[in-house]
Amino acid sequence: MGLLLHMSQTLDSISLNELVEIAAIANNAIAPKLTEMGLTKGQKIKAIFKAPFGDPIAYEINGNIISMRKEEAMQVEVQMA
Amino acid sequence: MKIALFGNPNTGKSTIFNMLTGLRQQVGNFPGVTVDKKKGRIDTAQSQHQLTDFPGTYSIFARSLDEQVVKEVLTNPQHPDYPEAIIYVADAANLERNLLFFSQLYDLGFPILLVLNMWDRAGQKGLQIQLDTLQSNFPAASIVTANARIALGKERILKAIDQLAVGERTAFHDTAFQALQSDAEQTQNSDERLQKIRALGLITAAPSKISNQSTRLDRILTHRIYGYLIFSAILLVIFQFIFSFASIPMDFIDGQFVRISSWSAAQLPEGVLSKLLTQGLIPGIGGVLVFVPQIAILFFFIALLEESGYLSRVVFIMDRLMRPFGLNGKSVVPLLSSVACAIPGIMSARTISDWKERLITILVAPFMSCSARIPVYTLLISLVIPNIYICGFLSLQGLVLFGLYALGILFALGTALLLKLLVKSRTPGFHLMELPDYKTPRLANIGYTVYEKVRVFIFDAGKIIVAISIILWALASYGPSSREQALRALHQEQNYQQAEQAKQQELDNALMLSESYIGHFGKWMEPAIAPLGYDWKIGIALLSSFAAREVFVGSLATIYAVGDDTDTQKRLIEKLKEEKTDKGQATYSLATGASLLVFYVFAMQCMATLAVVKRETNTWTWPLLQLVFMGVVAYMSAFLVFQLLV
Repeated sequence: MGLLLHMSQTLDSISLNELVEIAAIANNAIAPKLTEMGLTKGQKIKAIFKAPFGDPIAYEINGNIISMRKEEAMQVEVQMA
Repeated sequence: MKIALFGNPNTGKSTIFNMLTGLRQQVGNFPGVTVDKKKGRIDTAQSQHQLTDFPGTYSIFARSLDEQVVKEVLTNPQHPDYPEAIIYVADAANLERNLLFFSQLYDLGFPILLVLNMWDRAGQKGLQIQLDTLQSNFPAASIVTANARIALGKERILKAIDQLAVGERTAFHDTAFQALQSDAEQTQNSDERLQKIRALGLITAAPSKISNQSTRLDRILTHRIYGYLIFSAILLVIFQFIFSFASIPMDFIDGQFVRISSWSAAQLPEGVLSKLLTQGLIPGIGGVLVFVPQIAILFFFIALLEESGYLSRVVFIMDRLMRPFGLNGKSVVPLLSSVACAIPGIMSARTISDWKERLITILVAPFMSCSARIPVYTLLISLVIPNIYICGFLSLQGLVLFGLYALGILFALGTALLLKLLVKSRTPGFHLMELPDYKTPRLANIGYTVYEKVRVFIFDAGKIIVAISIILWALASYGPSSREQALRALHQEQNYQQAEQAKQQELDNALMLSESYIGHFGKWMEPAIAPLGYDWKIGIALLSSFAAREVFVGSLATIYAVGDDTDTQKRLIEKLKEEKTDKGQATYSLATGASLLVFYVFAMQCMATLAVVKRETNTWTWPLLQLVFMGVVAYMSAFLVFQLLV
């Protein structure tokens, strides 16, 4: 049970309007850019709409809308808020 | 004082720039790269300053070309654009994230003015910003509020500029951050800064959520059916304007330049200089200005869509479709605009921030069939494609025309795919992008964009276009001395002497062109183009249509001496149908016609496009490569088509 709770999810796989909290960002070239746009650990984020074919996805964070490709959203680990 | 303007994207930075400098702007490139550099003059009560607008970025850590420019300027005091002071524009409604880059600039020690723009929207969003707290944490910075969209805050900014000073400061976070190289270190530094900024407690009332209204609109505009339908409808309107309505001012400009030419020809004494002016220079300038209506219209719409916030939604829904071709959602507007004219299309590729994606877009755009190809297509189609209907209702001629457009699009995408594999990327292509709030567009900002694009075209690309058109004119109107003998021989002919005066003039013109330098060159290269089914007369028309594709029709009319009046087209078609080769077959057979059509789909027969690509890539390498590549594709496919059909 405890294991299940800690199972992490990445940002690309959350469903629309589900509010989640950023848990970690994978260490790679895009990490600094994600951070600069306000995606840091502990911030609340939710997916608000998707492009046709489900990619890219638009997220609401801190009252902004940020659009990300799936492969970029995959770098962000989230947990239930 | 040299002042630099920095800020995140979508903060109204360019509105501030326009507000402070008015029309006293210069547009250029940063040294060595094609990143827009706008400079302007600010007059304050005490002195004059030079303001340079830098691309909108989120921090000093560079990934894209735009960010690279910002980093280079800020970290190299020897850089010609190294600023003495900074104006930093922040979106007040989005303050904490905006302060990240600001805190970096602050720690670099520059005298700095923080402009909290969109102050009204912060209020509307229910934000309360503690200015005292902000000031006490950044004591050396001057802080003013503004609302540039309604020109509020200009006086405050001007006054603050006069008082800018280095000021005593302790770093907000640390000082050696600009040297951080690794992803992890950069991420950590930004993260720490953001945590610190958030801990200041600058914002006392929680930000309101994105309004339901805005999200509802977003869901419609990015819907898999309505989204594309709405975008298509908007494109249709833009095309309607560029195709149909632009022709009114274009015809006017054309007409005026013909009048100016003939007027000055009448005023000036006859001679080489007069001819150079009236037949070379004036039409050359006319050939530049004739593009202005299309450029102005396209950029009017692009600026309108961008200002309203809609353009980023287009990028959002097109991204997935364009990605397989190494293109970007932002490539859609340049490519589709190129169906009207590649020149404004290529200029609009500047919105693509990733260099590789921008380059690919620019290189493949001229494959899209532009409106200048239409006269060539219609002439050749009515010449060689039978006017019959398939299944009773599908016009074969219409079908061929459709096929030519499709061929262009297919090749544009195919070439993009090829280039995706060949062009080395300087930076990884991210899509990470803010979707700004919907706003009512500001007419003044749109006006600035249109004015700037038109000016850049006329003065940067225009010079090259005028130069090439004068060279082409000289080659077509002068010839070796043998031309005089040929002319005298023509005048001795009985047919000529019995002809009417108008006919004599047409025959004279035909001979003058075919015996000109271009004419000789056309004859000389006949062996090279014979495998495509062309004779030297077509060769001359091909060469002279490098000025602009539609010149092909006019050149053929001159060569075949059918004069220059309203039913030229009809007379030309009749004349061309009668043309026979030495072997007695029709010169304009299906094979030759189809080969020419394919040639015009692919060949870079447009010096203005070449000039614009040079301006947009800042080097002759890419336009020349493009010229050669498109030429080779055109030659080989025309060869194939002719050999298959003959």
